[in-house]
Amino acid sequence: MSQEHLEIYEVFVRSARGLDHKHVGSLHAESPEHALMYARDCYIRRSEGVSIWVVESKNITASQEDDKENFVEPMDDKPYRHATHYVLPDSVNNM
Amino acid sequence: MDQKLNLYRFLVGLADDSVVLSHRLSQWCSNGPYLEEDIALSNVALDYIGRARMLYQYAAEVEGEGRSEDDIAYLRNEREYTNLLIHELPINDFAFTMLRQFFVDVFYCEYLARLCHSTDERLAAIAAKSVKESRYHLKRSEPWIKQLAEGTEESLRRIKTALAELENFVGELFVMQDWEKELADNGIAVDRNQLKVGWDHYVQKLLGESNIVFADSQLQIQGGRDGIHTEHLGHMLSEMQFLQRAYPGLKW
Repeated sequence: MSQEHLEIYEVFVRSARGLDHKHVGSLHAESPEHALMYARDCYIRRSEGVSIWVVESKNITASQEDDKENFVEPMDDKPYRHATHYVLPDSVNNM
Repeated sequence: MDQKLNLYRFLVGLADDSVVLSHRLSQWCSNGPYLEEDIALSNVALDYIGRARMLYQYAAEVEGEGRSEDDIAYLRNEREYTNLLIHELPINDFAFTMLRQFFVDVFYCEYLARLCHSTDERLAAIAAKSVKESRYHLKRSEPWIKQLAEGTEESLRRIKTALAELENFVGELFVMQDWEKELADNGIAVDRNQLKVGWDHYVQKLLGESNIVFADSQLQIQGGRDGIHTEHLGHMLSEMQFLQRAYPGLKW
């Protein structure tokens, strides 16, 4: 069987009720339905999760590593965006 | 006394069905069309071996002669195996494996659902656990049949080739043995005859959606429950039982 019809899917698993879905890996599948079943057999067969999302990898828009300088680094020198930057007056005590 | 023997035969028959199909499915391990399907098929094989173990364990207890589940599985010859023939056919290609799986999945979903109401509580509990697995198996096999039937010329050809062989073996799924009838009359077993109409309807509808006509084959090959098998089972058992035959009592 040729693999030319296979798409790559990213798999997100919710490990317990109330927690977020977390990225756990990726897999090949023919369709979203198959991807969900493969995810069940590959990622939660030892009871690792209660819910699964699968997303075709190509549908994820991701930031680029080589754009780090403009995209991420400008955030590093703005300490005033952190609450810890501010000194509270004594009278505020524990906020 | 008779009832005990009937129950033993019944349990071993169902267990043989499971262990033989499990071994066939396990032959895909490391040979699947791609990694994900390989793992998924192996998981189905594991479900069936789990089912076989529960049934053999119960059968060994019913027999009460100190044999273990392993003794029954690994130390009986071909003629002593009583699986229905559809389970023992070689895996052939992926289309054949999935079409066989689809046929038995549709069957087991209904059969096990009814077996859940068995008056034998242990059997009902085994069925309750197994029916969930079969429902998942069907969720997997059914879209595969559509996908292959509506895929390429080649995949359709393979489905049709598989159908031409498998249609001769499905009838046996619905045949009742005399001793099985007695058990069914007592509410322990399920009347297979009653499942035929629903099964036909389900299969014809799904294949029909892909323009494949499914009708009863005139040739219905039978004999599994009497130990009369196709030429394939002996070869399979020689592989499956090799270790216990060559090194009796070996454990790991």
